[in-house]
Amino acid sequence: MNPASKARKGRKAGRRHPLASVALIAIGLLFTGGAYAAFSTTTASAESDANSQQTIDDGEKLFAANCATCHGLSAQGSGDGPSLIGVGAASVDFQVGTGRMPLQMQGPQALKKPVQFTEEQTAALAAYVASLAPGPAIPEGEVLDGEGDAAVGAELFRINCAMCHNVAGAGGALTEGKFAPSLADVSAVHVYEAMVTGPQNMPVFNDMNISPENKRDIITYLKYIEDNPSPGGLAIGSLGPVAEGLFIWIFGLGAIVALTVWITAKSN
Amino acid sequence: MAKDDNGGADNTAADSSSVARVEQSTGTSVVTRSAVGNPGFPPHRSRVTDLDPKADRNAERTVYTLFYLSIAGSIFAIAAYMAFPIVPEDMGSVRLNNLFIGVGLTLALFGLGIGAVHWAKALMYAHEGIDERHPVRGTDVVRARAVEIFQQANEESGFGRRTLIRNSLFGALIAFPLPAVVLFRGLGPQDQDPVALLKTTLWEKGTRLTMDPTGVPIKASDVTLGSSFHVIPEGLIDLGHESKLAEKAKSAVLLMRLKPEDLIETAERASWSYDGIVAYSKICTHVGCPVALYEQQTHHLLCPCHQSQFDVTNQCEVIFGPAKRALPQLPIAVDAEGYLIAQSDFTEPVGPSFWERS
Amino acid sequence: MTSVSTREPTEVKKSGGFTASAANYIDERTSVSGAVKELGRKIFPDHWSFLLGEVALFSFVIILLSGSFLTFFFDASMAEVHYDGSYAPLKGIAMSAAMQSTMDISFDIRGGLLMRQVHHWAALLFVAAIGLHMLRVFFTGAFRKPREINWVIGFVLFILAMAEGFTGYSLPDDLLSGNGLRIIDGLIKGIPVIGTWFSFLLFGGEFPGTAIVGRLYSLHILLLPAIIVALIAMHLLFVVVHKHTQYPSAGHTNKNVVGYPILPVYAAKAGGFFFIVFGVVMLIASFVTINPIWNYGPYDPSPVSAGTQPDWYIGFADGAMRLVPPGWEFVWLNHTYSMNILVVLGVVGLFIVTVMIYPFIEAWITGDKREHHVLDRPRNAPTRTAIGAAGVTFYASLWAAASSDIMATHFHLTMEGVIHTLQATTILGPFLAFYITKRVCLALMKKDREIVLHGYESGRIVRLPGGEYVEVHQQVDDFERWKLVSYNDQKPLMLRPNANGKITVPEQVRAGLSRWFFEDRIAPVDQVELDQAHGAHHTEIEGSADKPAQISDK
Repeated sequence: MNPASKARKGRKAGRRHPLASVALIAIGLLFTGGAYAAFSTTTASAESDANSQQTIDDGEKLFAANCATCHGLSAQGSGDGPSLIGVGAASVDFQVGTGRMPLQMQGPQALKKPVQFTEEQTAALAAYVASLAPGPAIPEGEVLDGEGDAAVGAELFRINCAMCHNVAGAGGALTEGKFAPSLADVSAVHVYEAMVTGPQNMPVFNDMNISPENKRDIITYLKYIEDNPSPGGLAIGSLGPVAEGLFIWIFGLGAIVALTVWITAKSN
Repeated sequence: MAKDDNGGADNTAADSSSVARVEQSTGTSVVTRSAVGNPGFPPHRSRVTDLDPKADRNAERTVYTLFYLSIAGSIFAIAAYMAFPIVPEDMGSVRLNNLFIGVGLTLALFGLGIGAVHWAKALMYAHEGIDERHPVRGTDVVRARAVEIFQQANEESGFGRRTLIRNSLFGALIAFPLPAVVLFRGLGPQDQDPVALLKTTLWEKGTRLTMDPTGVPIKASDVTLGSSFHVIPEGLIDLGHESKLAEKAKSAVLLMRLKPEDLIETAERASWSYDGIVAYSKICTHVGCPVALYEQQTHHLLCPCHQSQFDVTNQCEVIFGPAKRALPQLPIAVDAEGYLIAQSDFTEPVGPSFWERS
Repeated sequence: MTSVSTREPTEVKKSGGFTASAANYIDERTSVSGAVKELGRKIFPDHWSFLLGEVALFSFVIILLSGSFLTFFFDASMAEVHYDGSYAPLKGIAMSAAMQSTMDISFDIRGGLLMRQVHHWAALLFVAAIGLHMLRVFFTGAFRKPREINWVIGFVLFILAMAEGFTGYSLPDDLLSGNGLRIIDGLIKGIPVIGTWFSFLLFGGEFPGTAIVGRLYSLHILLLPAIIVALIAMHLLFVVVHKHTQYPSAGHTNKNVVGYPILPVYAAKAGGFFFIVFGVVMLIASFVTINPIWNYGPYDPSPVSAGTQPDWYIGFADGAMRLVPPGWEFVWLNHTYSMNILVVLGVVGLFIVTVMIYPFIEAWITGDKREHHVLDRPRNAPTRTAIGAAGVTFYASLWAAASSDIMATHFHLTMEGVIHTLQATTILGPFLAFYITKRVCLALMKKDREIVLHGYESGRIVRLPGGEYVEVHQQVDDFERWKLVSYNDQKPLMLRPNANGKITVPEQVRAGLSRWFFEDRIAPVDQVELDQAHGAHHTEIEGSADKPAQISDK
């Protein structure tokens, strides 16, 4: 079993736990904290030009060692990987920061994996790619704070995102083995970066389509559903009627059939 | 061994019926005289509670304890109703309210149910009883009398004799429900023709493409490579509630930008796109779900309801799934201010097929 | 002493007095004593599988109770309102009054969400319990004469239950149910000639209109429940008239029914069971979310959620629609023929009609006009059991197809692969299931014969006086044996000319079907075979007369 699917399994089982809500909040805080830490390092390193050039050089070395096989020595792309000229720092931060890159093997799509690089290394790679041509920068500041309008965010989410990611962000199937991943436990910065860069088959949602303010609203909605577990009780994966149907057959009717056996069994 | 309802006399299962039975065809069943005989009932087995007074007392205690638990559950549910009120805007309070009232009621119900069943199983008289079955059909005497009654009624009313009365009665009974069919016409508006409505949408020459749900018009330069916009026609959001949804159900559009060289376009449609920007109806040609799952690298559009797939590069022809027809394309152009506009309405009806479609 | 004796009678009279006079009061006005005499000690056999129908009945009662509560708050109107309730992510959003009132039931009325969840979970359980009950009735042959009509009534109840479910699913006017209605609209439009107008009238104009929720509400809380209640009454009346079937068992015959009387044992068990079923539903409703409409948001024709599915009982029809390959639609004489819809309606329709008329088909093939009150063990009717297994496989394939996208994501498969596999299992699966089930049934029947004639292998090896080693076989006792030999045996129909000396085509068809049903029959062990087998044992082992029918060798 690869680590990614293991992590998914663990999360699913965990969500059913009564303490899941508490844990979720804790995880959410942890992630947001981590994300903030990530920006502060990148902004700090951007402050000094000398540092910045140093970072870009580090990034180029890392790139040559880890990425050039597929993306080409000067990131011009090859048969195995697209050109990275103009994809911007946000794209690198998303792909490398979620472990999708470097790719483990060719498949229908790059999967989320344990992250291969340290935050400094990721920042250096991002700085290098950003230096090749202008592209979306790593977002920072209040757009990520989750303090926007959840209702606006929810409506935009339903219109622009729910058809692939499901209304509750539980994920969904795409063609030929690809899928839109679950958005649970994805940090605000990665959600934002995914919208502006359109990783893999996800369309790009540029600032003319969904303004930064509206992206903040969407992040706010995702934060809301993550912080507020379903009022009805266990969400059984938020997968809708299929999960509900299986539940009633296996646990509902299963329990009742077991009880009928007890009711009609002869007493000792 | 067991008591029969009728006499209370002991009765073995081996047939002892004295009721006259009608011989009925056995069909292809094999009836053999040498079949193994029914051995009758096995000996009765007594329960612990029948033999041991202590077990009997224990069972009794269990039953009334369960009933008391049930009362406690009901009280708990009432207390939970008061102790866990719903605080407006606090979903956590809804969750607790749901949970604790539910747990109290569950306890009340299980206490009652399990208590009653345990009482029946452990304490109530445990010998099985036997009922005799009788043929479902009435006895010959009863049936003869029923036939006689019908004949008498026929005689007294002249139902069979006065054929004109009878036939006109049937006619009247058949005609009577017909007005209902006409009445049901009123379910839909009287002055509209659905076929005509299905063939037009809000789009017309010059209608700007605007964003769903805000209605902000879209410039061609806004649509960068790889992006997809969910589009409604200009003016839709100003419509009244009823027509808004009905029009949206026909005119929703998905706008995408591909590299112009990726598009395969027939000659007549070459002018329908603008610099790689294409607009297609979002309503599936199968049964009408919104087809909005756009994969920007493979350029496939997927319907999440029945998995029909459309190829955006090839004029949204079907490549998988139950749909047959390509998604209708909206011809687009750019106006003087750089905003995307429709060249015309769709050139064919959008959405699911219907009888009068072509 | 005297004081005691004077007090005792007054006490008895006092307690008995009220009950007696109340009973007298009621009986003099209702003649209820007759009903108590007839029904009070009526015997009902005890078996777990006989309680499945009760689960359905009790779920229905739970649905009525919780549904009545919901009607007090639900507003079946599609008028546009702007949500101003407790749920932040929908604040200010335009939605119908139906959706807003459902939101208010969920989040602003104490216990409202609980009642909604009880109602919806009980609805899922209702249809599931009917389905399981039907499978029990089918596989045990309980639909045979005189119960064919009751099978049809039950079948109609199953259809009505699905209709109730679908109408209820559509009422909140949320995104999920709205897309469900959109699919229904598309389905109806695909029907030749009447489709377009039928959809137009149903929705009161163009889809979605503002009428459909109110109309479905009338059906959901008035018309459909009234018909269901009436049919349930008929269904139960026939159970009383026919008396319940029973499994083959020592002492059970076609002319008796063995079990516990309604008063008191059965009343306590069934009454208790009602509360247990209610308890299970309540437990689930307390802990598990169902249909979180707040996630779906209000219906809007433009958005849709990944994983849009109907509730489970409509899944087989939805799945059938997913399995249709591309291109099944054509234009002929200027009219559109949506075969991708019509074939689905046809196949699903044929399947459920076959289920409905199956009892009549089997009765026609066997020509057996006797009443059957002792059930078949499924193995003893191999062809019927195999047909049932084929039907279950067919249904299950369609059902699974309704979750093709969920299977693809959760088992890391391609959606196309899942669909193609299910297309194959829908067509080939039933044949395979038929063959396997029939072989398994026949093998079990052979094993039963073996056990009746030669007993169980006890695992005990003894040495005979001649030095030979044999394994001792444990004979079954008379009661156990009866279960194994007392089945209804059928042989293939012999074609004979009728009175006019002709063999008609229907008779030929019937003979063909009869051969298909019964050609591999395995007859039950009869007394002659039994005596022969035992005779042989008795001569072989000396002294076994001490323990008759206990030990013997093979």
